[in-house]
Amino acid sequence: MIDIVTALLMAAVLAGTPLLLGALGEILTEKSGNLNLGVEGMMFMGAITGLIGSYCYEQALTAAGIVPNGVISALVALTVSFLAGAFGALIYAFLTITLRANQNVTGLILTIFGTGFGNFFGEYFGLAAGGYVAVSSVTKAAFSPLHIPLLSEIPILGKLLFQYNWMVYFAIALALGMFWFFRVSRFGLNLRAVGEDPAAADAAGINVSRYRYLATVIGGGICGIGGMYMSMVTTSGVWVHGCVTGYGWLAVALVIFATWSPLRGILVAIIFGGLMIMRMYVSIPGLPAQIYDMVPYVATILVLIITSVRQSKEHAMPAGCGLNYFREER
Amino acid sequence: MSVPARQKREPLVRMVKRDDISSRRAWSYRALAFVAALATGGLLILILGHNPLFVYRDMVVGSWGSPTVIKETIKLAIPLLICALGLALAFKMKFWNIGGEGQIIVGALAAGYFGFFMADFLSRPLLIAVMLLAAIVAGGIYGLIPAFFKAKWNTNETLFTLMLNYVALAVIKYLMNGPWKAPGSSFPKMPMLVPGGRLTQILGVHWGWILALVLVLVAWFYFNRTKQGYEISVVGASENTARYAGMNVGRVIMRTMFLSGALCGIVGFLQFSGADYTIAEGIAGGVGFTAITVAWLAKMNPFGMLAVSVFIAMLERGSNTIQTIYKIPASASSLLIGIILFFMLGCEFFITYRLVFRGSASPGRAGGGGGDGGASTSSDSASPGQTDRQKREESA
Amino acid sequence: MNEDVPLAVSMEHIYKSFGRVRANVDVRLQLRQGEILALLGENGSGKTTLVNMLSGVYFPDHGEIYVQGRPVTIRSPRDAFDLRIGMIHQHFKLIPVLTAAENIALGLSGSVTLNRKSIHAEVARLAERYGFELDPARKIYDMSVSEKQTVEIIKVLYRGADILILDEPTAVLTPLETEKLFAVLRNMKADGKSIIIITHKLHEVLAISDRVEILRKGEFIATVETATTNQARLTEMMVGRPINLMIERPEASGGPERLELNALTCVDHEGVTTLDDVSFTVYAGEILGIAGIAGSGQRELCEAIVGLNPPTSGSISYSPPHPDLAKTPCEKERIDRLSPGAIARRGISMAFVPEDRLGMGLVASMDITDNVMLRGYRKGKGPFVDRVRPKALAERLIEELEIVTPSTSTSVGRLSGGNVQKVLLGREIAQEPGVLIVAYPVRGLDINSSYKIYDLLNEQKARGVAVVFIGEDLDVLMEISDRLLVLCGGRISGIVDPRAVTKEEVGLMMVHVAGAEGLDSETGSATGEAA
Repeated sequence: MIDIVTALLMAAVLAGTPLLLGALGEILTEKSGNLNLGVEGMMFMGAITGLIGSYCYEQALTAAGIVPNGVISALVALTVSFLAGAFGALIYAFLTITLRANQNVTGLILTIFGTGFGNFFGEYFGLAAGGYVAVSSVTKAAFSPLHIPLLSEIPILGKLLFQYNWMVYFAIALALGMFWFFRVSRFGLNLRAVGEDPAAADAAGINVSRYRYLATVIGGGICGIGGMYMSMVTTSGVWVHGCVTGYGWLAVALVIFATWSPLRGILVAIIFGGLMIMRMYVSIPGLPAQIYDMVPYVATILVLIITSVRQSKEHAMPAGCGLNYFREER
Repeated sequence: MSVPARQKREPLVRMVKRDDISSRRAWSYRALAFVAALATGGLLILILGHNPLFVYRDMVVGSWGSPTVIKETIKLAIPLLICALGLALAFKMKFWNIGGEGQIIVGALAAGYFGFFMADFLSRPLLIAVMLLAAIVAGGIYGLIPAFFKAKWNTNETLFTLMLNYVALAVIKYLMNGPWKAPGSSFPKMPMLVPGGRLTQILGVHWGWILALVLVLVAWFYFNRTKQGYEISVVGASENTARYAGMNVGRVIMRTMFLSGALCGIVGFLQFSGADYTIAEGIAGGVGFTAITVAWLAKMNPFGMLAVSVFIAMLERGSNTIQTIYKIPASASSLLIGIILFFMLGCEFFITYRLVFRGSASPGRAGGGGGDGGASTSSDSASPGQTDRQKREESA
Repeated sequence: MNEDVPLAVSMEHIYKSFGRVRANVDVRLQLRQGEILALLGENGSGKTTLVNMLSGVYFPDHGEIYVQGRPVTIRSPRDAFDLRIGMIHQHFKLIPVLTAAENIALGLSGSVTLNRKSIHAEVARLAERYGFELDPARKIYDMSVSEKQTVEIIKVLYRGADILILDEPTAVLTPLETEKLFAVLRNMKADGKSIIIITHKLHEVLAISDRVEILRKGEFIATVETATTNQARLTEMMVGRPINLMIERPEASGGPERLELNALTCVDHEGVTTLDDVSFTVYAGEILGIAGIAGSGQRELCEAIVGLNPPTSGSISYSPPHPDLAKTPCEKERIDRLSPGAIARRGISMAFVPEDRLGMGLVASMDITDNVMLRGYRKGKGPFVDRVRPKALAERLIEELEIVTPSTSTSVGRLSGGNVQKVLLGREIAQEPGVLIVAYPVRGLDINSSYKIYDLLNEQKARGVAVVFIGEDLDVLMEISDRLLVLCGGRISGIVDPRAVTKEEVGLMMVHVAGAEGLDSETGSATGEAA
C-alpha cells in the first residue's frame, strides 16, 4: 500500500513539475498586469528548441569527434528553451505593451504560433534526422533521477524527496525564490503595484513599461523551460508531435487554482500532476480509464466556479490584469 | 531663449492618438502589414533553403489550381466560416468563447448518436433533419453551461470553455473505446455513417457551403438589424449600461452563447455527415481555435469572415501541397497564420496612433511663437476637460 | 508684485494640445517660495493639464519650466520627484491591496529588501510634524476617502517634496475635513513648503491662498493677490464676463405624491449596509436635493429606485400621473421588486441620469442614434430594430439642446463632457418621465453647460416631474432644491428647507445623524466605499 502511495506521489510530482513551471511563468506575467494566454505556445517553443538545442550540441560535438557532456547538454537545453519562451513572450509584450493590442487575442495567437512553431520544427528536424529527433543517452542521463548519497537512501522519505531529476528541484527553488521576491523585495512590491494599478505605479515613479516587459519576458522564459521539461523528461528526449497540447492551458488554470501564490502553486501542481497520472495507479471498478483524463479539467472548472462564487480581495487576480496601460502623451 | 539645449532631452518618439484616418489609408496600412507578414514568412522559407516565391505560388496553385483542390479548399473553409460566425456572436458580447472545439465535438456526437443508432428507423430527410437538430441543441447546451456560470457568478469563461474542450475530447475517447466502438474493429474507432445519413453534394461539395453562405447573410442581419443584435452590442460595450437600459444581461449572455454553441454544433454535424462520415478525436481539427482568428481578423464582420475563412483554408490546403513538394511540414500553415495575425494585430496600432518624433513640429508649437495667445481655438466640440476625463478613464 | 521672494517654480509659454484640442496655449505660472498659490478656472480650463506637466504626467508641446531658477525637463513622475515636486492627484493613485506604508515606499530606490519598520517610523514622524493621523500598517481598501488623501500627502512628503501640488483636494471632503486639511497645508507652508492648490470653489480660494492664478479656456488670464480680490471679481476673470451666479428656483407647484420610499434598507454583497431605513416622499413638480459626502449611499439609493439594486427590505411605491382627469387617481404600485425592464414594461417612465455617464448611461463606442434608442429600442413588434425614429429624435435633441457634434453618427465617446451630458439628459427627458433622477449632473461641466442643465431641470419641474437631484456642491444644492435631504452613512440625517438652514448646519448633518449611536463604525464603512 505504502509503495503504491509513494509511487503515486512521485509520479504526481514528476507530472506536476512542467505545470508548476508554466504556472510560475504565468504568475510572474500576470502579477505585472499582462494576462498572457500564450503559455501553451511558449511551452511548445521551449519544448522544441530545448530538444533541438541539445540535439545540435550532441551532433556538433560528435561530428568533431568529442564525447558530449550531459551536464552541458542540459544547460544548453535550459538556456535555449528559456530564450525561446522569452522570445515568444517578447512578441506578446511588444504587441500588447508597445502596440497596445488586445491581450486575449495576442495570447491566443501566440498559442497558435507557438504550437505551429513546435510541431513545424519538430517535424522538420525529424525529417532531416530521418524519422524523428531524439537526444542521445548522455543527455537523457542528465535528466534522469538524481542519486544523492545518504539522502536518497533514507527509506521512503529518500524516495519521496530526494530521487527526482534536477528540474524538479529547480522548479521548487524557483517557486520559493518568487515567493521571496513578491513578499520581501522592493522590486516585487513595485511589480505588484504595476499589476494592480499601473497608473498609480506610474505616478509613484515606477517605469511601468520596463517592469511589464521584464516580467512578461522572464515569465515567458520560465514557461519555455516548462515546455523543455515535457520534451526532455516526460517524453524522454524524443520529439512527440503535439506533446505539450493541453499542458499550457492547465498551467494557466493552475495560476487561478494557486490564487497567484508561487508557494500554493507547488501544492496545486502536485495535485494536478496526481490527477493526470492517477489512472495508472488507482483503478475504480466500473470507471473507464478515459474518464480519468477528464478529472484535471473538471477539477479546474470546479475551482473556477468556486473562486468566482466566493470572491476575495487578497487572493484575486491583479486588478490591472488584462488591461493595457499608457500614459497617453509619452 | 526658445529651444534651449534641454529640448534635446525630449522623448525620441511620442505616440499621439489620431483624430481620424481615411478608410483608404487604413486599408493600405493593413495591406502593407500583410505583405510584411508574407515577407517574414518568406524569410523563414528562405532559411529552410527554398525560394519563397515558388513556395507561395505552389500554395496558391495547390489550393486553387484544379476543380479537385478548389473543392477541398472550400470544404476546409465551410467549418471555419460557420464556427467563426458562431464565435463572433460571443466575441461581440466580449465573451471569450474559446470552446469552439468542444462545441463542435458535442455537436458531432449528438448527430452521431442518431446517425449510428437511429438510421434504420428514420427516412433520409428526417434522419438528416434530426441529426442537424440534435447537433444544434447539443452544441447550444454545451455553450450554455459556461454562460450560465458567467451570468450567475461572473465565472471566467475563457478557461471554462477551454476546459470543456478537453472534457469533450475525453468523451470521444471514451465512446470510441467502449460503447460506440465499431463492431469487429480491433482499433478503438467508431463505425462509418450509413450512406443515408450523408449529405448530398451540390456542385461537388456537400450542401454545407450553401448553408454557410445563408448564415453569413443571416448573421449580418442579426448583428446589425435586430433588437437582439443591438442587445449583444450593448452588453459587450458595458454590462452596466445594458442593465440600466432594462436588459436582462444574464439572459442575453445565455441566449447568445446558446446560439454561438449551436453554430459550432452545426459545424460538428457538417464535419461528421458531410466530410468525415465517422467521429474520431480529430473531428474538430483545430477549427474552434483557428475560427477565433478568422472572426477577429474580420473584425466580426460576417462578409469579412467569408473572405478570411477562404483565405485561411487556402493556407491550410496550400501547406499540404508544399509538404508533398518541398517536404516543408504542414504545420507551416499555423506558423504562417500566426505570423500574419501578429502583423495584422500590430498594424492596428498605426491606424489608431501617429508617432511624433523628437524635433518635428507639433501643433502647439506651430500656433505658438509669440506670446499673443491669439491662437486660442479651444473649440466646444471637444473641450480640454473632455480629454482629461477620457484619459483618467483610460488609465483607471 | 513682490519681486524679492525667490520663485520655486516658473513655467513660461507652455503649449499643450491633445489632438485638435488645445488644452494650454501660452500659459505661464509662477510659484513663490513658501506660498500657497490657488490655481482657479472652470472645468476644462486646462488647470490639471498644466500641473500634470509639472508632475511629469504630460510632456509639454512647447515651453520652458524652471525650478528654483534652473531650466529643467520633466519627462516622468520620477523626474518630478528628483526636483522635489510632488502631486496629490484628484483620483488617488494608491494600490488598495497594499498597506499605507507599502504605498508610500512604492517606486523608491534603496536596498533590495523593504524595511517596513523604518518606513513606519518615518511615516509616524511626518504625521506628527504636520498634524496627521495614520496607521501605516493598514490596507488602503479599509480606509476612508480622507485617510487615503492623508496617505497621498505623506507619500509625497516622504519623497522629500518641497513643492506640493494638490488637484481639487476638497472635492471629496466634508467641510470639517476640509478645515483639517487646510490646517495641515498652513503647517506645511510655515515649514517652508511651496504649494499649488487647484480648485474651483471660490470661498476656499479666499480662505487658504496667498495668491490666485486664473486660467480660462486654456489661456492664462491673471495672477492676483488674494487679499486684494473678492468672489465677484474672481468669477468674472474665470468666466470672462460678469455673470449672475444665482440659480433660479421657481416656486414648487405642490403637486401630488409621486414616489414614496418606506424603510428602505440595502445590504451589498460584502454584507455592508449601504442604505439603512431610508424613508421619504417625492412630489410632482419639485426638486428634491440629496446631499452627503461621497459614498454615503447616494448611488445605492438611485439604483434601488430605478431597479438596478434590489433593496434588502422596505418598499418603493410609484403613483403614476393621470393625464385623464375624469378618471380616478391611479393606484399606487410597488416597484421595489422590479428590474428596470419590468418597470418600463409597466409603462412607468423612470428617467435616470447616472453618475457614470459613459459607463452606465451611454455606450461610448456607439453613435448618438444608437445611444438615443437605448431606452426605447424594444418598441415596435418583430425582431428588427427601428432606427428611423431614434435618428429623428437624435436630430431634434442636437438642435434643441445645442449639442455640438459633426453628425448623429458620431460616437458619443468623442463628444465633450457637456455634450455627452446633454445627449444623456436629453434622451431621458424625451421619454416624458414621471420621475427624473440626476446624479452629479454638472460634474466636469463648464459654467455655461451647468446652467443649461439647471434650466432643463427647472423646466421638468415646471412640467410636473418629480426631480431628485443628487449633488456634491452644497452651494448649488441649496440654491436649486425645494427640499434638501441629507444622507450620512446610508441613513437620512434630516430633510430640511434649504432656505431656512445654513451651509454649516447641513455640513454637520452630513457627518452626523442626530440621535444615532455607533455611528462612527457605520460611516467609516460607508465612506470606505467611496470611489
